[in-house]
This record gives sequence, structure tokens and C-alpha cells, in this order.
Amino acid sequence: MANYRKMAAPSPDPETQPFWDAARQGKFLIRGCNSCGKVHWFPRTICPICGSSNTEWREGSGKGTIYTYTVMRRAKEPYVLAYVELDEGPRMLTNIVDCDFERVDIGQKVQVVFVPTAPEAPPVPCFRPV
Amino acid sequence: MTIKGKAYLVGAFEHPTRFAPDKPTAQLHAEVAMGAIEDAGLSKDDVDGLFVSGDAPGGLQSMGNYLSLKNLRHVDATDIGGVSPIVQVAHAAEAIALGKCNVAVVTLAGRPRADDIHTGTVPRIRHVAAPDVQWEFPYSITAATGYALVAKRHMYQYGTTSEQLAWIKVAASHHAQHNPNAMLRDVVTVEDVVNSPMISDPLHRLDCCVITDGGGAVVIARPEIARSLKRPLVKLIGAGETTKHQEGGYMDLTYSGAARTGPRAFQEAGVQPSDIKYASIYDSFTITVLVQIEDLGFCEKGKGGAFVSDGNLISGVGKLPFNTDGGGLCNNHPTNRGGITKIIEAVRQLRGEAHPAVQVKNCDLALAHGTGGNLGARHGSGTIILERE
Repeated sequence: MANYRKMAAPSPDPETQPFWDAARQGKFLIRGCNSCGKVHWFPRTICPICGSSNTEWREGSGKGTIYTYTVMRRAKEPYVLAYVELDEGPRMLTNIVDCDFERVDIGQKVQVVFVPTAPEAPPVPCFRPV
Repeated sequence: MTIKGKAYLVGAFEHPTRFAPDKPTAQLHAEVAMGAIEDAGLSKDDVDGLFVSGDAPGGLQSMGNYLSLKNLRHVDATDIGGVSPIVQVAHAAEAIALGKCNVAVVTLAGRPRADDIHTGTVPRIRHVAAPDVQWEFPYSITAATGYALVAKRHMYQYGTTSEQLAWIKVAASHHAQHNPNAMLRDVVTVEDVVNSPMISDPLHRLDCCVITDGGGAVVIARPEIARSLKRPLVKLIGAGETTKHQEGGYMDLTYSGAARTGPRAFQEAGVQPSDIKYASIYDSFTITVLVQIEDLGFCEKGKGGAFVSDGNLISGVGKLPFNTDGGGLCNNHPTNRGGITKIIEAVRQLRGEAHPAVQVKNCDLALAHGTGGNLGARHGSGTIILERE
């Protein structure tokens, strides 16, 4: 078990509850649109690309590439904030974990990993280099 | 329909304080409002339009009440972060053009320094029900980390360097040495910036703006009133505003909303970026300036690093004198919102009232542009173009 920094718990709402329920099971859901065919981030009922409400939850590959990142050094526990471009298309804000922060780079391939937050609260999707 | 020539900036006032443990935020708002009204040569009862933003405690009701503005007939509390006063100048001009008010005051004030708020490095929740919070707060996005994401991507995509970013701070410090009220008055070098402690790669401590208490205000009036006053005539001739988003995850982080507001403002004003004699460019971080300068069209996209280097932003030295008060990087970033000070220094330049060491010769055309929120997530943008008549 990796040693993660303490992360704040997410606050699910009725629209996003299925995502966080799946996260507890280790499943990474994404939201896709049946009208425009695109996957978006973060998940919404009404597609932010085309405005259709014909959207659905899908299981994501959990694979992606680092689009940009920063190592935050002025924090009690340094961390890597990043946007990861999912293989399905959209870019999501996340943390890069389980690695030497000095070797993180743009273009690196990464894989989702769920990091615990508070007891009773769902974990959050982070990424580690593959 | 245009706001071109429909309104004038007749009053401007920047609070001299940078640390105000002895004053509540409401008092700071009142002091800057009265300062700008007096600067215009008007009185409180002349004010019939009030513009405040998220920094005003209690909003319009509390501020209108505290100031006791008895003739108010137009109010606006637009809040798109630190840029808000810039877009509110344009909103005031719209209201004046439509006859909704004659004399509008825009105030901004606060005291994060006295309240020991570590604005740039600690994650904040602006609204618990904002839809983005659950997808961002756990990851600890802050002002510094968000802008660092943009800087890192800009470097990757365009080859921008830390030394080039540092030149922006160097230019600001050259100007701040002449401002007795500036928080940081020491001239710094590129080496000083890149050798300062790393905050969030690639942004160093000296790539970040100051955290200050204080504020400022401006007064906007209809042309007949402006001409009856004894101040130089500073006319609003163009404006643009927008919010830039994450586009469902398909955003390009190297662009800002300035790519939309700049062209609109220039089109309305009927001028080109190369016509601008002085520019106030929002400088929460060095990267903020670089991205906006490109997006406003002062140079080609991706060439901002070369453009800002070698003193090109220093008044009397370079082609684009910017933030001659020292900007948010050195002078003042009151209540973590740099919009009002951008307008105020542009007005000083157009009046010929900037410090003689930084005053741009024959400064008859100026731009003020700002960003509110986070370039690394979503943000508001506003551009105004001002002309001395």
C-alpha cells in the first residue's frame, strides 16, 4: 500500500453519486453523449459539448497521458497537480501519485488509481505512471 | 450601438495602505470611494450608480448603506474575480449610454494580509455548491498551482523559459522603485527571480504577486459632466468581456479569455495593438502577463517569451511599457484582486500623472486588461481601451 498524502473528501451530489459509488468499487466511470458521441469531463447530465441530455455512464479505460503538471513544493506534503488527457479524449484535473515527483513529465502515460480520502467517504481518482 | 465615447473616467484613487489591521474592509471601500469622488471634483450626492464585487462585504446593500448613497438608481455586483472592476467600467458606460445613471463609482478593497490569508498556496472553496468543487478541491488546486499548470504547458508547447518569465518581474520592479507606496521597491534581476524559492514548478516566489490590503476606486461619468470638471479627459472607447471555460475537458490551457476580449475591444475602439502607448496587464503571476500579451495581439501566440525579454516592458526602454506602478507583482494586489489598480495606473498615464521616471511620453492611448479566477481552470476576462481627449 503506497503512502498517500491526506486528500480532502469529495462531496457527491445527486447527479454524481453513481460516479462516487463506482469509485468505492474501484471502477472509473466517465460520461459519454449518445448525440455527439463525445466523452466529457467532469461528468454532467447535460452534455457540455452539444447540450443533449442523452448522456450515460460508461466504464472508462482509466488510461491517459499527462497534458501538464506542477510539483507543489510549498505545502506540508508536496504533491503533483496535473491535467491528464484520458484516452477517451477529455482532460481532467488530478494528482500524480506513486512515483518520484522529479521524474514526472508531460506526455507520460498514466493509469488511474483510487486514493483514499476520509473514512466513510469515497476515494478520488488519481494517476500513476505506467 | 457602442459605448465608444459615451463615458469618461473622471476620478481615480488608489489607497496608499498595503497593510490595514486597523481598518475593516467596509471602511476601506468607503475611503477609496471618497478618494475617487474627490479626485474627480464631485461630491457623494452626485453618485447615482454603484458598482461593487465579491470583495465588498454585504454586497450592494451593505456598501450602499454604509456609504449612504441617497441618489442611487443603478447598481451592479458583477463578480468574475479580480478583473471585475475592468468589466464594470464598461458596464457603467453602458448604463450611462442608456441614461440609467450619470456618475458611477466602482470600488474594490480588502485586507487579506491583515487577516493572514495565504491566498496563493492554500486551496479555497469559493462556493460549496459550485459544480466543479468535488472534481478539483481534493486535488488541492490553488492560485499558484493552477497558474503553474499553464506555465508548464506553455513552456512545453512554445519553449518559453523561466528566464523569460523572470523579465516580467524585472520590468515591474524597475517601475516599483519609483512608487513610494509599493510593497516591493527593490529592483530585481533575472537571476534573483529564478534563484528565489520554487513555489510550484515552474513558478518561483518572485513569479508571484504580492498579497496586500487596501484597494481603489474609479468614477465614470457622462461626457457633459466630464467636460464640466477640471481633470484631463480620459474617454472609454472600447471594451470586451467573457468567461473562459474548460470546454468539457477539451480546453487549450495556453490561451486565456483575452483572445476573445482583446479583438472585440480593439474592434470597438478602431485601433490596433501596435497603437497602444501604455498597457496595464493583470499580473497575478508572471505567466499571467505572458499569456495575455500574446492573446491581446501584442505579439504572435507562443512568442511572448521573446517579446517580454530584455526590458521590452520597461517604460523608456521597451516597446510596451506595462504596469508602471509596479503592478501586482511589486506594488499592490489589494484583496487578491488586481483589476482596479490596472485601471488607475492607465488613467494616471493618460493624464500625465504617472511618476515622471515611468511616465510614457505623449500617452494618448492605453489598455487595461485583467483575468479573474484561475487560468488553470476557468476565469473571467475583461479589456478596456482608453483615450486621452
